[in-house]
Amino acid sequence: MSAAQVQRAARGAARPAVERGRLTWSGLSLTSFAVLIYLFLYVPIAILVLFSFTQDEFGVRWTGFTLEWYQRLFADERLMGATANTLYVAFASTIVSTILGTLLALAMERYSFRGRTATDAVLYLPIVIPEIVMAVALLAFSAFAFDIVRALFGINLRRNLTTVIIAHIAFSISFVVVVVRTSLKNFDRRLEEAAADLGANAWNTFWRVTFPLILPGIIGGALLAFTLSLDDFIISLFLSGPGTSLLPVEVYNKVRRAVTPEVNAISTLMLIFSITLVVLSQAVQRREGR
Amino acid sequence: MALNALERERLKRDRRNLGLLLSPGLFWLLLFFAIPLLIILVYSFMTNGPRGNVVFAPTLEQYATLFTRSVYVNAYLRSIWMSLLTTGICLLIGYPLALFIVRQPPRWRTPLLFLILIPFWTNFLVRIYAWQIILANNGLINTGLAALGLGPVPLLNTEGATLLGLVYGELPFMVLPLYAAIDRFDFTLLEAASDLGASRWRAFTRVMLPMTMPGIAAGSVLVFIPTVGQFVVSELLGGAKVDYLGNLIQRLFLRSNPPNWPLGSAMAMMMMLVLLALILLYFRATTEEDR
Repeated sequence: MSAAQVQRAARGAARPAVERGRLTWSGLSLTSFAVLIYLFLYVPIAILVLFSFTQDEFGVRWTGFTLEWYQRLFADERLMGATANTLYVAFASTIVSTILGTLLALAMERYSFRGRTATDAVLYLPIVIPEIVMAVALLAFSAFAFDIVRALFGINLRRNLTTVIIAHIAFSISFVVVVVRTSLKNFDRRLEEAAADLGANAWNTFWRVTFPLILPGIIGGALLAFTLSLDDFIISLFLSGPGTSLLPVEVYNKVRRAVTPEVNAISTLMLIFSITLVVLSQAVQRREGR
Repeated sequence: MALNALERERLKRDRRNLGLLLSPGLFWLLLFFAIPLLIILVYSFMTNGPRGNVVFAPTLEQYATLFTRSVYVNAYLRSIWMSLLTTGICLLIGYPLALFIVRQPPRWRTPLLFLILIPFWTNFLVRIYAWQIILANNGLINTGLAALGLGPVPLLNTEGATLLGLVYGELPFMVLPLYAAIDRFDFTLLEAASDLGASRWRAFTRVMLPMTMPGIAAGSVLVFIPTVGQFVVSELLGGAKVDYLGNLIQRLFLRSNPPNWPLGSAMAMMMMLVLLALILLYFRATTEEDR
C-alpha cells in the first residue's frame, strides 16, 4: 500500500466517524428546529395564498373555492392604476440606477484615486440609513426645491411619480454598486490585457470582453433595484402626491382597515411576482458562477 | 521623453474616464441624498410656525423637547429595546438555522438557502399582513380556540404581535450573512479543539463563535437598523397602541395638523445619532472578542 493510499484510507475511515458524531442527539434536534423555522417562515404565506381563494367574505376561514376576489381585483380600476404606476416607477428607476450604479462600480474597482475611501463610505450610507430618515429628508428636500422653483419661475410643482422615481434611484444606486462590484472582483483582468495585446482599443475591450462578463452582475443589480422599487412602501408613502397612488401604499391603506379576501388576492399576486424575480436572479447568478 | 509624454497622455485620459464614471452617480447622490439630509439637519434647529411651516429662527427647542417630553424619551427607549429584542431573537433562531444549512450536503444547501431568499425578496408589507389573518380576533388561531370552546384571546394589536412580526420580517436578513460566515468556517478546528481537551460548548464559544463574529455583526446591524425606524409592523400588528420612533416621525411629517417638520427632523437626526453610537459600540465589543 502506498502512502497516498494509506492516507486516503485513513481519511475514508475518519469521515464516517465524524458523520456519525453529527448524527447524534444534537444533529437530530438541529434538524427538527430547522423544520420548525421553515414552517414558521412559510405557513403564514401558505395561509395567505389559500385564503385568497376562499368564499368567506372576511377572508379568514375556508368556506369553499372561488376566483371571485381575483375577478374583483382586475375590475378595480384604482388598484389597476396603482399597479401600472408602480411598474412604471420600478422600470424607470431601475434603468437609471443600474446605469449610474454600474459606472460607479467600475470607477471604484478599476481606479485608485484620492477620496476613494470617502466615496466608499458615501456609497454605503443609503444602505445603512433607516429608510424613514431618507423618506423624510427627501420630502423636506422636495418641498424646499418646489419653493425655490416657485420663487424663481412662478411654477407650482407637486409631488408625483417623478419625485418617487428620483427618490427610488437615490435609494437603489448603492445596492447596484455592491452587486456589480462583486462581479468585477471575481473578474479575471488578464482577459482584458489579452484583448489589449491582440490590438483591441479600450472601447472595444470594454464592450467585447468586460461588459459581457459582468453582464450577469449588472442584471442581478438591476433585478435587485427593480424589487426594491416594487416593494418600497415608506419612501413611496412620503414622496407620492395626491392622486398618484402606488400599489404598496394602496395595499397598506386597505390592510390598515381589515383583512379582506381581495387583499389576500393582490398579496398573492405580488408574492408570485417576487418569487419569479428571485428565480430569475438566481438563474442569472448561476450563469455567472460557471 | 516621448514615453513620458505618452504616459502623461494616458494618465490624463484615465482621469477623464474616472470623472465620467464617477460624476453622474455621485451627482445624483449629492443632490438627492446628501443635500436632503443636510436640509433636515438644518430644519431640526428651526422653529415650527403656527401653520406647520418651517420658520427660519434658530433654536434648540426641538432637541430640548426630545429630551424632556416623556412621549419622545419613551419612544426612543421603546424602539431601542424592541430592536434589541428582535435582533437577539433573530440571532438565537438564525444561528442554528444557518448552521443547519451549512451542514447539509451541497445539493440540499442551494434549495434550503433559496427558501430563505424568497422571503428576503418578498414584499415586507404582504408578509406582515399574512399574520393578521392568523392573529385576528376572527382569525385562524381564535377560530380554532372557539372550536374547542375557548374564548377569543386578544392576539392582534399587542406588543407581542409586533415583536413576532419584526422577527418574522427580519429573520432572512440575519440568516444570510450568518450562512456566509459559517460556510467559511473550517469545522476541523472544532475537532482540533476537542482533541486538545475542550468541551463542545467551550470549543463553540472560544473557536467557532469568534471566527463567525463578522457574520453575527453584519446580521445584527442589518436587523437592528430597519427595526429602529419601523412603523409598519407596530401599526399593522401592534394596532399603533404605543408609539415607536417611526410612528412619531411619520405622524409629525404627514398626519399631524399642523405638521411639525422641525421636531420630526430632530427626531430623525437623533435616531441616526443613537444608531451610529450603538453600532460603533457593538463593533468595538465584537472585534475586542476577536483578540
